Amino acid sequence: MTARVLIRLKASILDAQGASVKRALEGLGFPEVRDVRVGKVIDLDLDGADAETARRRIGEMCARLLVNPVIENVTVELHGEREAR
Amino acid sequence: MNFGVVVFPGTWSDCDFHYVIGEVLHQPVRYVWHRDANLTGLDCLVLPGGFSYGDYLRAGAIAGRSPVVEALPEFVARGGLVLGSCNGFQILCEANLLPGALVRNECLQYRCQSTHLLVDNAETPFTRALRPGQVLKMPISHGEGRYHAEPETLHQLVDAGQIVFRYCTEDGRVTKEANPNGSLRNIAGVVNEDGTVLGLMPHPERAAESALGGTDGTLIFHSLLGSLVEDGSFLKR
Repeated sequence: MTARVLIRLKASILDAQGASVKRALEGLGFPEVRDVRVGKVIDLDLDGADAETARRRIGEMCARLLVNPVIENVTVELHGEREAR
Repeated sequence: MNFGVVVFPGTWSDCDFHYVIGEVLHQPVRYVWHRDANLTGLDCLVLPGGFSYGDYLRAGAIAGRSPVVEALPEFVARGGLVLGSCNGFQILCEANLLPGALVRNECLQYRCQSTHLLVDNAETPFTRALRPGQVLKMPISHGEGRYHAEPETLHQLVDAGQIVFRYCTEDGRVTKEANPNGSLRNIAGVVNEDGTVLGLMPHPERAAESALGGTDGTLIFHSLLGSLVEDGSFLKR
C-alpha cells in the first residue's frame, strides 16, 4: 500500500515562501500567477494493510507527528498496492 | 536550585546555557540527553536553541515527541519549571506544552541580531525580578520565529496574561519596525496558564556577561532563583 500525504499551510497563515516564489515567477515573465502556496508531500510505503486500516493508521501518524494542526491542513491519498519491484 | 540542560542531536546552545548556569550563576547544572526521561532531582529544565533532529519536517517537530519531552507534563505537574529558548520554544509549541506555533520569518531571512523586549508579565517565576514595561536587550538567531496563534487562542493569551515578552524599540514602543520576524502582536515569549513553562525566541544565555554585550538574560535566572521558596517549591503566578 502506498499513500501520499499532502500538507499545506492554512489559508489564514501568510506563506512567506509562496510569496517569494510568486515574485520570482513574475520576474521570469509569468505575471498571470495570482497566488502561490508552497506545501509538503510525504510519500509513505506501508506494509500490508487494507485501505481502511491504512487510512486510520495514517490519520494517527498525522496527529502524532506529520501535521501541526495549529498551522497546517492535510489531505491523504491512498494509492493501493505498490507495484512489484 | 538544580538545573538540567537538554541535549538533542543538533542542539547548539547547550554549552552556553550550561556555562551561564554553572559558571556565571554558580548553580548546580547537568546535561540531560534527549532519550533520558529521568528528571529526578531537577528543579528547572532548559530546552536550548539549535536545530534538533535537523529541524526536519518542522522546527522542533521530532524533538517534540522525544522521551525527555514526553516526560515534561509529569515533571511540570510535580512542580518543575521548563524554560525553552529559540528551538526550545519551537519544541514546546510542537509538544502542545505552549499554545501557538512558530513559522518561517515573514522576511524569509535568518535573523541574527540584537532585539529589545518589552516585559508584559512580571508575575511568573521567570520574570519576577523584572517589572512590567521594563525593556530588556537580548539577541535572536532564527529563521522560523514568527509566532502564530488562532484568534481564539490569542484572546486567551491576552486575557490570561500569558504573553510575557514582545519585541519593541529601545524606548519600549511595540512597533512593526521593531518586529524582526513578523510575529503576531510582536510576541517574543509566552507562558502556559500556570506560568510554569516559558518559551521565548531570544537567547538569554547569550546576554549573560557584560563582555558579550549585556547581562539582561541573567534576570530570567535571577527571577527563577528568587522564586524558589524554602520547601523547594516555587512561587507561582
